[in-house]
Amino acid sequence: MGLQYLFVINKAGSLIFDRRLSENAPQLSPNDCLHLASTFHGMQLLVQQLSPEPSDHGFGIVTLETESYVLQAYRPETGVQFFVTADLKTENLAAFLRDVYVIYADYVMKNPFYELDMPIKVDRWEAHLKRLVDKYNNRVNV
Amino acid sequence: MSRPSLQTVGEAAFARCDRVSAELLALTYGTFVRQLLLDYEKVADVNAQLDAVGCNIGVRLVEDFLAKSKIAACNSFAHTADVIAKVAFKMFLGVTANVTSWSADRNTFSLLFDDNPLAEFTELPEQCPDLWYSNVLCGVIRGALEMLNMKVGCTFVRCKLRGHDTNEIRVSLHELLAEQPPQADD
Repeated sequence: MGLQYLFVINKAGSLIFDRRLSENAPQLSPNDCLHLASTFHGMQLLVQQLSPEPSDHGFGIVTLETESYVLQAYRPETGVQFFVTADLKTENLAAFLRDVYVIYADYVMKNPFYELDMPIKVDRWEAHLKRLVDKYNNRVNV
Repeated sequence: MSRPSLQTVGEAAFARCDRVSAELLALTYGTFVRQLLLDYEKVADVNAQLDAVGCNIGVRLVEDFLAKSKIAACNSFAHTADVIAKVAFKMFLGVTANVTSWSADRNTFSLLFDDNPLAEFTELPEQCPDLWYSNVLCGVIRGALEMLNMKVGCTFVRCKLRGHDTNEIRVSLHELLAEQPPQADD
């Protein structure tokens, strides 16, 4: 059980961040990541058209479960979108994404030299993300 | 009602956030406004710059607000107004505002607040009576709401520094932008 990949896409659907979170996760090329992100964005738009009202869980695709992994998405009202893939039966993914959003708000958005909607290349954000992932993994594996 | 009042939500968010000294904020802001007054000849331009700076802050700060206030999506503009007054003002300025003076079409309202931490030590000099000293706040509100697909106009109409009895920001909704811009299919 564990996290695999984290993706952040901006409101236009471009991938602005991706990170392999575990040694055990399958190796994806940068191209695969771009591909996956835009496919997911397209699916998300489609689903949101089919079901325009938010439910208690959120809006559009929130969780996607396949035979080999789960995907959890979180989309704050501003349109930026976070999604994480993880091994089956990994828990608390929604809470993890909300924590990711908090550090995104702190270390990406508040960095005056970060250009909005551009790929995220911010060391502090990566450091805090790593810390968050470690904390999460420890909690899951206890 | 089982849901906590916005006042409570605001206080909880305020308690959770890291804080800086109000004096540091007031003095930094004061220096900043002075520098703008030196850089621009017309006070009107300074007002516009403060608004533009605020807008840039707003589009970033809104993420912080959503991430940390744990507030649910607003279902009406009136709800949005209350959230700004009770939660956002409390969270970022430590004060709460009152929402009043709704227009007949429910698209324009006023935010009234007595305490303004930005202007705590300020007196307007005689040569710039037209300065809206805290105009940055208008920009912040405008920028933040723009990220949430609401196009609003935001202006100061009363300011204690000018001798008015309270501070008043008038916010009016111009249009609700479409949730997602339609994208070309190819």
